[in-house]
Amino acid sequence: MMDMVIDISSALCLLLGSFLCLSGGVGIIRFPDFYTRMHGAGVTDTLAASMILIGLMLQNPDAIVILKLVMILLMTLFISPTASHAIAKAAINSGLLPLLDNKENKDGES
Amino acid sequence: MKDLFAVAMLSGIYGLLSASLFVTMDAVDVAFTEASVGAGISTLLMLTTVAMTGRSENTVRHKPVLALVVVFVTGALLIYGTLDMPYFGDVQAAANLHVAPRYIQDSFQEIGVDNIVTSVLASYRAFDTFGEVVVIFTAGIGVLALLTFTRRPKGDTEINSLNDSMHEQYLIVRIVSKILIPFILLFALYVQFHGDFGPGGGFQAGVIFAAAIILYAMLFGMSVARRVINQSFVQLFAAVGVLTYGSVGVASMLNGGNFLDYDVLSDDPVAGQHLGILLIELGVGIAVATVVIIIFFNFAGRIGFSKREGNKE
Repeated sequence: MMDMVIDISSALCLLLGSFLCLSGGVGIIRFPDFYTRMHGAGVTDTLAASMILIGLMLQNPDAIVILKLVMILLMTLFISPTASHAIAKAAINSGLLPLLDNKENKDGES
Repeated sequence: MKDLFAVAMLSGIYGLLSASLFVTMDAVDVAFTEASVGAGISTLLMLTTVAMTGRSENTVRHKPVLALVVVFVTGALLIYGTLDMPYFGDVQAAANLHVAPRYIQDSFQEIGVDNIVTSVLASYRAFDTFGEVVVIFTAGIGVLALLTFTRRPKGDTEINSLNDSMHEQYLIVRIVSKILIPFILLFALYVQFHGDFGPGGGFQAGVIFAAAIILYAMLFGMSVARRVINQSFVQLFAAVGVLTYGSVGVASMLNGGNFLDYDVLSDDPVAGQHLGILLIELGVGIAVATVVIIIFFNFAGRIGFSKREGNKE
Protein backbone atom coordinates (compact mmCIF):
# COMPACT_ATOMS: atom_id res chain seq x y z
CA MET A 1 0.00 0.00 0.00
CA MET A 2 2.76 2.39 1.01
CA ASP A 3 4.69 1.38 -2.09
CA MET A 4 1.82 2.38 -4.30
CA VAL A 5 1.53 5.78 -2.63
CA ILE A 6 5.24 6.40 -3.08
CA ASP A 7 5.10 5.20 -6.69
CA ILE A 8 2.16 7.42 -7.53
CA SER A 9 3.62 10.49 -5.87
CA SER A 10 6.97 9.99 -7.59
CA ALA A 11 5.20 9.62 -10.92
CA LEU A 12 3.23 12.79 -10.21
CA CYS A 13 6.40 14.72 -9.35
CA LEU A 14 8.17 13.53 -12.48
CA LEU A 15 5.19 14.36 -14.67
CA LEU A 16 4.87 17.78 -13.11
CA GLY A 17 8.58 18.38 -13.58
CA SER A 18 8.45 17.40 -17.25
CA PHE A 19 5.38 19.56 -17.83
CA LEU A 20 7.16 22.53 -16.24
CA CYS A 21 10.21 21.89 -18.40
CA LEU A 22 8.05 21.86 -21.52
CA SER A 23 6.10 24.97 -20.58
CA GLY A 24 9.31 26.73 -19.61
CA GLY A 25 10.75 25.89 -23.01
CA VAL A 26 7.65 27.19 -24.78
CA GLY A 27 7.82 30.30 -22.62
CA ILE A 28 11.42 31.00 -23.51
CA ILE A 29 10.51 31.05 -27.18
CA ARG A 30 7.13 32.73 -27.10
CA PHE A 31 7.40 35.44 -24.48
CA PRO A 32 7.73 38.93 -25.96
CA ASP A 33 10.47 40.40 -23.83
CA PHE A 34 13.85 39.47 -22.37
CA TYR A 35 12.74 39.67 -18.75
CA THR A 36 9.64 37.56 -19.24
CA ARG A 37 11.81 35.02 -21.05
CA MET A 38 14.16 35.02 -18.08
CA HIS A 39 11.17 34.14 -15.94
CA GLY A 40 10.53 31.11 -18.14
CA ALA A 41 14.18 30.05 -17.97
CA GLY A 42 14.27 30.52 -14.21
CA VAL A 43 11.18 28.39 -13.66
CA THR A 44 12.65 25.64 -15.82
CA ASP A 45 16.00 25.75 -14.07
CA THR A 46 14.77 25.77 -10.52
CA LEU A 47 11.31 24.35 -10.10
CA ALA A 48 11.30 21.77 -12.88
CA ALA A 49 14.72 20.44 -11.87
CA SER A 50 13.64 20.27 -8.22
CA MET A 51 10.43 18.44 -9.09
CA ILE A 52 12.31 15.90 -11.17
CA LEU A 53 14.86 15.40 -8.40
CA ILE A 54 12.13 14.87 -5.79
CA GLY A 55 10.42 12.39 -8.10
CA LEU A 56 13.72 10.53 -8.50
CA MET A 57 14.23 10.56 -4.74
CA LEU A 58 10.90 8.85 -4.22
CA GLN A 59 11.74 6.22 -6.83
CA ASN A 60 14.77 4.79 -5.10
CA PRO A 61 14.65 4.02 -1.35
CA ASP A 62 18.43 3.57 -0.91
CA ALA A 63 19.73 6.02 1.65
CA ILE A 64 22.94 6.82 -0.19
CA VAL A 65 21.10 7.63 -3.41
CA ILE A 66 18.63 9.86 -1.55
CA LEU A 67 21.53 11.65 0.15
CA LYS A 68 23.25 12.33 -3.16
CA LEU A 69 20.01 13.56 -4.71
CA VAL A 70 19.40 15.83 -1.70
CA MET A 71 22.83 17.36 -2.20
CA ILE A 72 22.13 17.94 -5.88
CA LEU A 73 18.76 19.47 -4.95
CA LEU A 74 20.43 21.83 -2.47
CA MET A 75 23.00 22.88 -5.04
CA THR A 76 20.28 23.47 -7.64
CA LEU A 77 18.22 25.55 -5.23
CA PHE A 78 21.29 27.63 -4.48
CA ILE A 79 22.66 28.05 -7.95
CA SER A 80 19.77 28.43 -10.40
CA PRO A 81 18.00 31.41 -8.77
CA THR A 82 21.37 33.13 -8.39
CA ALA A 83 22.16 32.53 -12.05
CA SER A 84 18.79 33.92 -13.17
CA HIS A 85 19.28 36.90 -10.89
CA ALA A 86 22.76 37.48 -12.26
CA ILE A 87 21.54 37.44 -15.87
CA ALA A 88 18.65 39.79 -15.17
CA LYS A 89 20.91 42.12 -13.21
CA ALA A 90 23.44 42.19 -16.03
CA ALA A 91 20.63 43.09 -18.42
CA ILE A 92 19.39 45.95 -16.24
CA ASN A 93 22.93 47.23 -15.79
CA SER A 94 23.48 47.23 -19.56
CA GLY A 95 20.41 49.37 -19.97
CA LEU A 96 17.92 46.91 -21.40
CA LEU A 97 14.53 48.24 -20.36
CA PRO A 98 11.57 45.91 -19.89
CA LEU A 99 8.71 46.05 -22.37
CA LEU A 100 6.08 48.04 -20.55
CA ASP A 101 2.55 48.84 -21.56
CA ASN A 102 3.23 52.34 -22.87
CA LYS A 103 3.78 52.13 -26.62
CA GLU A 104 6.56 54.77 -26.69
CA ASN A 105 9.00 52.17 -25.29
CA LYS A 106 10.06 50.47 -28.50
CA ASP A 107 13.29 48.87 -27.38
CA GLY A 108 12.07 45.91 -25.37
CA GLU A 109 13.96 43.50 -27.63
CA SER A 110 17.78 43.40 -27.58
CA MET B 1 26.53 35.63 -38.11
CA LYS B 2 28.34 38.77 -37.20
CA ASP B 3 27.78 38.89 -33.45
CA LEU B 4 30.81 37.29 -31.79
CA PHE B 5 29.01 36.98 -28.46
CA ALA B 6 26.34 34.81 -30.09
CA VAL B 7 29.05 32.76 -31.83
CA ALA B 8 30.80 32.09 -28.50
CA MET B 9 27.52 31.03 -26.89
CA LEU B 10 26.69 28.79 -29.84
CA SER B 11 30.02 26.99 -29.55
CA GLY B 12 29.29 26.50 -25.85
CA ILE B 13 25.91 24.99 -26.71
CA TYR B 14 27.65 22.75 -29.24
CA GLY B 15 30.03 21.58 -26.51
CA LEU B 16 27.11 20.81 -24.21
CA LEU B 17 25.27 18.89 -26.95
CA SER B 18 28.32 16.79 -27.76
CA ALA B 19 28.69 16.09 -24.02
CA SER B 20 25.14 14.71 -23.96
CA LEU B 21 25.95 12.74 -27.11
CA PHE B 22 28.85 11.15 -25.26
CA VAL B 23 26.56 10.30 -22.38
CA THR B 24 24.21 8.46 -24.71
CA MET B 25 27.24 6.55 -26.00
CA ASP B 26 28.01 5.48 -22.40
CA ALA B 27 31.29 7.41 -22.29
CA VAL B 28 30.69 9.30 -19.08
CA ASP B 29 34.31 10.30 -18.43
CA VAL B 30 34.63 11.92 -21.82
CA ALA B 31 31.24 13.59 -21.40
CA PHE B 32 32.36 15.00 -18.05
CA THR B 33 35.55 16.41 -19.54
CA GLU B 34 33.77 17.80 -22.60
CA ALA B 35 31.09 19.45 -20.48
CA SER B 36 33.58 21.06 -18.14
CA VAL B 37 36.15 22.09 -20.73
CA GLY B 38 34.16 22.62 -23.92
CA ALA B 39 30.96 24.01 -22.48
CA GLY B 40 32.48 25.68 -19.44
CA ILE B 41 35.99 27.02 -19.57
CA SER B 42 36.23 27.35 -23.33
CA THR B 43 33.09 29.48 -23.55
CA LEU B 44 34.29 31.54 -20.62
CA LEU B 45 37.68 32.27 -22.18
CA MET B 46 36.10 33.13 -25.52
CA LEU B 47 33.69 35.52 -23.85
CA THR B 48 36.62 37.14 -22.03
CA THR B 49 38.31 37.64 -25.39
CA VAL B 50 35.11 39.05 -26.92
CA ALA B 51 34.97 41.50 -24.03
CA MET B 52 38.40 42.69 -25.14
CA THR B 53 37.97 42.77 -28.88
CA GLY B 54 34.47 44.02 -29.41
CA ARG B 55 31.27 42.30 -30.26
CA SER B 56 30.97 42.17 -34.00
CA GLU B 57 33.16 40.82 -36.69
CA ASN B 58 34.55 43.11 -39.35
CA THR B 59 32.51 42.90 -42.54
CA VAL B 60 34.15 40.89 -45.29
CA ARG B 61 34.25 42.63 -48.63
CA HIS B 62 34.09 39.60 -50.90
CA LYS B 63 32.00 36.48 -50.72
CA PRO B 64 34.22 33.54 -49.70
CA VAL B 65 33.08 31.21 -52.49
CA LEU B 66 36.39 29.37 -52.82
CA ALA B 67 36.44 28.53 -49.10
CA LEU B 68 32.88 27.19 -49.31
CA VAL B 69 33.78 24.97 -52.29
CA VAL B 70 36.85 23.59 -50.48
CA VAL B 71 34.79 22.82 -47.39
CA PHE B 72 32.14 21.03 -49.43
CA VAL B 73 34.66 18.92 -51.33
CA THR B 74 36.54 17.96 -48.19
CA GLY B 75 33.32 17.08 -46.37
CA ALA B 76 32.12 14.95 -49.27
CA LEU B 77 35.45 13.11 -49.40
CA LEU B 78 35.31 12.48 -45.65
CA ILE B 79 31.77 11.12 -45.84
CA TYR B 80 32.81 8.91 -48.75
CA GLY B 81 35.66 7.63 -46.60
CA THR B 82 33.32 6.69 -43.78
CA LEU B 83 31.27 4.45 -46.06
CA ASP B 84 34.06 1.91 -45.85
CA MET B 85 34.32 1.95 -42.06
CA PRO B 86 32.72 -0.81 -39.97
CA TYR B 87 29.47 -0.19 -38.18
CA PHE B 88 29.51 1.67 -34.90
CA GLY B 89 30.25 -0.83 -32.12
CA ASP B 90 30.92 -3.71 -34.49
CA VAL B 91 32.53 -6.64 -32.69
CA GLN B 92 34.74 -7.48 -35.65
CA ALA B 93 35.94 -3.93 -36.21
CA ALA B 94 39.70 -3.56 -36.33
CA ALA B 95 39.72 -0.94 -33.61
CA ASN B 96 37.99 -3.32 -31.24
CA LEU B 97 40.29 -6.28 -31.90
CA HIS B 98 43.81 -4.98 -31.41
CA VAL B 99 44.55 -3.97 -27.83
CA ALA B 100 41.06 -3.23 -26.53
CA PRO B 101 40.22 -6.83 -25.50
CA ARG B 102 43.50 -7.09 -23.62
CA TYR B 103 42.82 -3.83 -21.79
CA ILE B 104 39.30 -4.85 -20.89
CA GLN B 105 40.22 -8.32 -19.73
CA ASP B 106 43.48 -7.68 -17.94
CA SER B 107 42.93 -4.21 -16.53
CA PHE B 108 41.56 -5.30 -13.21
CA GLN B 109 44.24 -7.90 -12.50
CA GLU B 110 47.14 -5.79 -13.64
CA ILE B 111 46.14 -2.42 -12.30
CA GLY B 112 43.35 -2.95 -9.86
CA VAL B 113 41.27 0.16 -10.46
CA ASP B 114 37.59 -0.15 -11.24
CA ASN B 115 37.49 2.53 -13.90
CA ILE B 116 38.97 1.16 -17.11
CA VAL B 117 39.09 4.63 -18.65
CA THR B 118 41.42 5.80 -15.89
CA SER B 119 43.57 2.71 -16.18
CA VAL B 120 43.94 3.12 -19.94
CA LEU B 121 44.53 6.87 -19.70
CA ALA B 122 46.89 6.81 -16.78
CA SER B 123 48.73 3.55 -17.12
CA TYR B 124 48.47 1.81 -20.47
CA ARG B 125 48.62 5.09 -22.38
CA ALA B 126 50.42 7.18 -19.82
CA PHE B 127 52.87 8.48 -22.38
CA ASP B 128 50.08 10.00 -24.48
CA THR B 129 48.62 11.63 -21.39
CA PHE B 130 52.05 13.03 -20.64
CA GLY B 131 51.99 14.60 -24.08
CA GLU B 132 48.58 16.11 -23.33
CA VAL B 133 49.79 17.65 -20.09
CA VAL B 134 52.84 19.11 -21.80
CA VAL B 135 50.61 20.58 -24.52
CA ILE B 136 48.45 22.25 -21.88
CA PHE B 137 51.56 23.57 -20.15
CA THR B 138 52.87 24.89 -23.48
CA ALA B 139 49.59 26.72 -24.02
CA GLY B 140 50.04 28.35 -20.63
CA ILE B 141 53.60 29.34 -21.45
CA GLY B 142 52.46 30.73 -24.79
CA VAL B 143 49.86 32.92 -23.15
CA LEU B 144 52.40 34.09 -20.59
CA ALA B 145 54.96 34.87 -23.27
CA LEU B 146 52.52 36.89 -25.35
CA LEU B 147 50.38 38.64 -22.81
CA THR B 148 52.34 39.39 -19.68
CA PHE B 149 52.89 43.09 -19.29
CA THR B 150 55.29 44.89 -16.98
CA ARG B 151 54.39 46.55 -13.71
CA ARG B 152 51.21 48.55 -14.15
CA PRO B 153 51.62 52.34 -14.04
CA LYS B 154 50.11 54.37 -11.25
CA GLY B 155 46.94 55.28 -13.13
CA ASP B 156 45.80 51.85 -12.13
CA THR B 157 44.64 52.57 -8.62
CA GLU B 158 41.69 54.53 -9.88
CA ILE B 159 40.65 51.73 -12.18
CA ASN B 160 40.98 49.24 -9.35
CA SER B 161 38.80 51.30 -7.08
CA LEU B 162 36.26 51.67 -9.88
CA ASN B 163 36.15 47.90 -10.19
CA ASP B 164 35.62 47.46 -6.48
CA SER B 165 32.90 50.03 -6.20
CA MET B 166 31.09 48.59 -9.18
CA HIS B 167 31.18 45.21 -7.60
CA GLU B 168 29.29 46.50 -4.58
CA GLN B 169 26.19 46.07 -6.69
CA TYR B 170 26.64 42.36 -7.04
CA LEU B 171 25.63 41.65 -3.48
CA ILE B 172 23.44 38.61 -3.92
CA VAL B 173 25.79 36.85 -6.30
CA ARG B 174 28.73 37.62 -4.03
CA ILE B 175 27.08 36.17 -0.96
CA VAL B 176 25.90 33.02 -2.69
CA SER B 177 29.27 32.45 -4.28
CA LYS B 178 30.99 32.94 -0.93
CA ILE B 179 28.87 30.08 0.35
CA LEU B 180 29.42 27.91 -2.70
CA ILE B 181 33.09 28.36 -3.66
CA PRO B 182 34.44 26.13 -0.84
CA PHE B 183 32.09 23.38 -1.97
CA ILE B 184 33.19 23.76 -5.57
CA LEU B 185 36.82 23.41 -4.50
CA LEU B 186 35.92 20.40 -2.37
CA PHE B 187 34.10 18.86 -5.30
CA ALA B 188 37.16 19.41 -7.47
CA LEU B 189 39.27 17.50 -4.93
CA TYR B 190 36.65 14.75 -4.82
CA VAL B 191 36.65 14.40 -8.59
CA GLN B 192 40.46 14.34 -8.61
CA PHE B 193 40.81 11.40 -6.31
CA HIS B 194 37.63 9.58 -7.29
CA GLY B 195 38.86 8.99 -10.84
CA ASP B 196 39.80 5.46 -9.93
CA PHE B 197 36.26 4.40 -9.12
CA GLY B 198 33.98 6.58 -11.17
CA PRO B 199 34.08 9.32 -13.75
CA GLY B 200 36.73 11.80 -12.89
CA GLY B 201 40.45 12.23 -12.91
CA GLY B 202 42.95 14.99 -13.19
CA PHE B 203 41.65 16.96 -16.18
CA GLN B 204 38.11 17.46 -14.95
CA ALA B 205 39.27 18.20 -11.42
CA GLY B 206 41.76 20.80 -12.59
CA VAL B 207 39.14 22.55 -14.69
CA ILE B 208 36.60 22.64 -11.84
CA PHE B 209 39.22 23.97 -9.43
CA ALA B 210 40.19 26.71 -11.87
CA ALA B 211 36.51 27.52 -12.45
CA ALA B 212 36.03 28.18 -8.74
CA ILE B 213 39.01 30.54 -8.68
CA ILE B 214 37.78 32.30 -11.84
CA LEU B 215 34.35 32.74 -10.27
CA TYR B 216 35.98 34.39 -7.29
CA ALA B 217 38.07 36.64 -9.54
CA MET B 218 35.06 37.69 -11.60
CA LEU B 219 32.90 38.58 -8.63
CA PHE B 220 35.39 40.27 -6.35
CA GLY B 221 37.55 42.12 -8.84
CA MET B 222 40.89 41.31 -10.41
CA SER B 223 42.95 43.30 -7.89
CA VAL B 224 41.59 41.40 -4.91
CA ALA B 225 41.97 38.13 -6.78
CA ARG B 226 45.59 38.89 -7.60
CA ARG B 227 46.27 39.42 -3.93
CA VAL B 228 44.57 36.16 -3.00
CA ILE B 229 46.08 34.04 -5.76
CA ASN B 230 49.73 34.95 -6.03
CA GLN B 231 50.67 34.90 -9.72
CA SER B 232 54.24 33.64 -9.29
CA PHE B 233 52.96 30.84 -7.05
CA VAL B 234 50.51 29.76 -9.74
CA GLN B 235 53.16 29.87 -12.46
CA LEU B 236 55.51 27.84 -10.29
CA PHE B 237 52.86 25.23 -9.68
CA ALA B 238 52.12 24.85 -13.38
CA ALA B 239 55.69 23.69 -13.79
CA VAL B 240 55.43 21.56 -10.65
CA GLY B 241 52.46 19.71 -12.13
CA VAL B 242 54.29 18.72 -15.30
CA LEU B 243 57.42 17.91 -13.31
CA THR B 244 55.48 15.60 -11.00
CA TYR B 245 54.29 13.66 -14.00
CA GLY B 246 57.74 13.44 -15.51
CA SER B 247 59.47 12.55 -12.27
CA VAL B 248 57.13 9.59 -11.75
CA GLY B 249 58.40 8.34 -15.09
CA VAL B 250 62.03 9.01 -14.13
CA ALA B 251 61.49 7.33 -10.74
CA SER B 252 60.26 4.20 -12.50
CA MET B 253 63.33 4.28 -14.69
CA LEU B 254 65.55 4.64 -11.63
CA ASN B 255 63.82 1.64 -10.10
CA GLY B 256 64.70 -0.51 -13.06
CA GLY B 257 61.59 -0.41 -15.26
CA ASN B 258 60.73 1.51 -18.40
CA PHE B 259 59.71 5.15 -18.42
CA LEU B 260 56.28 5.44 -16.78
CA ASP B 261 56.16 1.75 -15.89
CA TYR B 262 54.50 1.82 -12.50
CA ASP B 263 54.99 -1.84 -11.66
CA VAL B 264 58.41 -1.19 -10.21
CA LEU B 265 57.41 1.68 -7.94
CA SER B 266 56.58 -0.58 -5.03
CA ASP B 267 56.98 -4.20 -3.93
CA ASP B 268 53.53 -5.23 -5.11
CA PRO B 269 52.93 -4.33 -8.79
CA VAL B 270 49.27 -3.48 -8.22
CA ALA B 271 50.20 -1.15 -5.34
CA GLY B 272 52.84 0.37 -7.59
CA GLN B 273 50.21 0.96 -10.25
CA HIS B 274 47.93 2.62 -7.73
CA LEU B 275 50.72 4.86 -6.50
CA GLY B 276 51.77 5.78 -10.01
CA ILE B 277 48.22 6.60 -11.12
CA LEU B 278 47.62 8.69 -7.99
CA LEU B 279 50.77 10.73 -8.50
CA ILE B 280 50.32 11.39 -12.18
CA GLU B 281 46.65 12.32 -11.79
CA LEU B 282 47.78 14.78 -9.14
CA GLY B 283 50.33 16.19 -11.57
CA VAL B 284 47.69 16.48 -14.28
CA GLY B 285 45.20 18.19 -11.96
CA ILE B 286 47.73 20.72 -10.72
CA ALA B 287 48.99 21.51 -14.21
CA VAL B 288 45.51 21.95 -15.72
CA ALA B 289 44.18 24.07 -12.86
CA THR B 290 47.15 26.41 -12.79
CA VAL B 291 47.33 26.81 -16.57
CA VAL B 292 43.64 27.71 -16.83
CA ILE B 293 44.06 30.21 -14.00
CA ILE B 294 47.11 31.71 -15.74
CA ILE B 295 45.26 32.02 -19.04
CA PHE B 296 42.20 33.64 -17.47
CA PHE B 297 44.17 36.08 -15.34
CA ASN B 298 46.25 37.17 -18.29
CA PHE B 299 43.19 37.58 -20.53
CA ALA B 300 41.16 39.41 -17.93
CA GLY B 301 44.08 41.55 -16.84
CA ARG B 302 44.26 42.92 -20.36
CA ILE B 303 40.69 44.17 -20.43
CA GLY B 304 41.31 47.37 -18.49
CA PHE B 305 44.75 47.65 -20.06
CA SER B 306 43.64 47.77 -23.68
CA LYS B 307 40.76 50.12 -22.89
CA ARG B 308 43.16 52.51 -21.20
CA GLU B 309 45.52 52.30 -24.15
CA GLY B 310 42.62 53.07 -26.44
CA ASN B 311 41.70 56.11 -24.36
CA LYS B 312 45.22 57.44 -24.40
CA GLU B 313 45.54 57.33 -28.18
